[in-house]
Amino acid sequence: MNSNLSSLAHNVQTRLLGLLQLLGGTFLTFVEATGQFAFFTLRAISHVFRPPLYFRQISRQFVDIGYYCLPVVGLTTLFSGMVLALQSYTGFSRYAGGAESAIANVVVISITRELGPVMAGLMVAGRIGASIAAELGTMRVTEQVDALTTLSTHPVKYLIVPRILAGVLMLPLLVAVGDVIGVFGGFLISVYRLDFNAANYIDQTWKFLETIDVVSGLVKASVFGFVVTLMGCYFGFNSKGGAQGVGAATTNAVVSSSILILILNYFLTGLFFGAK
Amino acid sequence: MAIETKIQLKDVHKAFGRKKVLNGVFLSVEKGQSLVVIGGSGTGKSVMIKCVLGIIESDSGSIQIDGEETRGAIGKKRDAFLNKFGMLFQGSALFDSLPVWKNVAFKLIQAKHLPAKEAKDVAVETLAQVGLAPDVADLFPAELSGGMQKRVALARAIAAKPEIIFFDEPTTGLDPIMADVINELIVKCVKNLGATTISITHDMASARKIADRVAMIHEGKIIWHGRKDEIDHSGNPYVEQFIHGRGEGPIKMQIKRD
Ligand SMILES: Nc1ncnc2c1ncn2[C@@H]1O[C@H](COP(=O)(O)OP(=O)(O)O)[C@@H](O)[C@H]1O
Ligand SMILES: [Mg+2]
Repeated sequence: MNSNLSSLAHNVQTRLLGLLQLLGGTFLTFVEATGQFAFFTLRAISHVFRPPLYFRQISRQFVDIGYYCLPVVGLTTLFSGMVLALQSYTGFSRYAGGAESAIANVVVISITRELGPVMAGLMVAGRIGASIAAELGTMRVTEQVDALTTLSTHPVKYLIVPRILAGVLMLPLLVAVGDVIGVFGGFLISVYRLDFNAANYIDQTWKFLETIDVVSGLVKASVFGFVVTLMGCYFGFNSKGGAQGVGAATTNAVVSSSILILILNYFLTGLFFGAK
Repeated sequence: MAIETKIQLKDVHKAFGRKKVLNGVFLSVEKGQSLVVIGGSGTGKSVMIKCVLGIIESDSGSIQIDGEETRGAIGKKRDAFLNKFGMLFQGSALFDSLPVWKNVAFKLIQAKHLPAKEAKDVAVETLAQVGLAPDVADLFPAELSGGMQKRVALARAIAAKPEIIFFDEPTTGLDPIMADVINELIVKCVKNLGATTISITHDMASARKIADRVAMIHEGKIIWHGRKDEIDHSGNPYVEQFIHGRGEGPIKMQIKRD
């Protein structure tokens, strides 16, 4: 009886220890990964401010993000603006009057504050984040990154700095264009489908729009551009183990940057508009 | 002429997690000498030269180039030391986004800021040295056969006229004839430059062709080294087994991964 009890106690003890070990191990892995990521981020940022800068690489990345992403961002914001107008019409028409000005208001505020930056961020995460991770990942596993070092070229400066700069500077530009297209989408539906007065709609749009709406959206865009390119670079640069590793890096880059965009969007919104 | 030690490794250790790869490597190469390091797959040959280049950070020990410690070198010191090197990678590692000539002239353009026209001339000249026609210069690496890629990689390694060149398995994956062509080119180019070299291989024909001296690495240690002509009567059972390619002997192939 007594020995039974003590063996039970012993059993429980080893189980508990095992559990603690597992928890501790997971925690340590998490801390290590976080530390590695933080170190990578700081290193990347520090190289932005230290010459040399590779301007040819930078301009290539600017074109990749600023120009080749325009179609996807334009299309998504256009349809977002259109659907906003349609939805808010069906919503507001349940109440008497005011639908016309309310729709212009809803469209312009939602697009500039939220949908423009978030949609563009997510699209660029899928398009640019994935391609950065795949390209750098392939370069890593085929030793091209190591080859850069032996050719007296710093891989962080040559590969990462241009991409992060392009993300931070070009995404706001994309979003600015996307804002205009999105508002235009709302305008199209209001005027041609809902038969509102065109001049009146434009007038209402301008009346409601405040500088902070646009500025907050552009700041968000810049942050999202940083997140997308940083995640692509981080997972690509640290990928290992051939084709499978590159695939995993690409998935991780897109998933983590998409999630981070949505989370950061909440906090940035709180920062800009929460303290009222 | 006094003998100058160009590269010296003392008690270099490197582990990945719990897996010890380098376990106290001692090695020294004299100026103008060609050292071939032989050893089985996965014995840490590539890791060793990457530690010398600082691409992989070694855990402890000393690595000196021209008598200067290079472990942990940063900034200008590291740039200066990297400037002395050229390296031919196992899988060629050509930049697939750039045409052949920009690959070959990469260091000249990015680090030495040569104008494009001059850089291209040098690239075409270097390509000729490795037996490639000028029209290859405008092709992309993906359009070349494995043997041609190796030649381009060789051209890239020697284009900036480095003092020290590392060759990581230069003939692996090539047919015997192409392998011999590459060996000849390596011997010729190294002679022209007067460079100090470390070559890694498990191809004995290649080792015999390239080497002045041979060292054998096993389980993260240099277990034998000597002149090339000493290799056939080394009296070392590991070396004997390796150069004759026997399955039986002191070297046990690790079938199970640890
Ligand atoms: N970056 C790394 N991370 C973890 N393990 C590595 C890394 N690089 C090499 N290794 C391990 O070190 C050992 C030696 O590798 P390597 O030097 O490439 O062998 P080889 O002698 O064939 O060139 C291998 O078992 C490999 O798995
Ligand atoms: Mg190797």
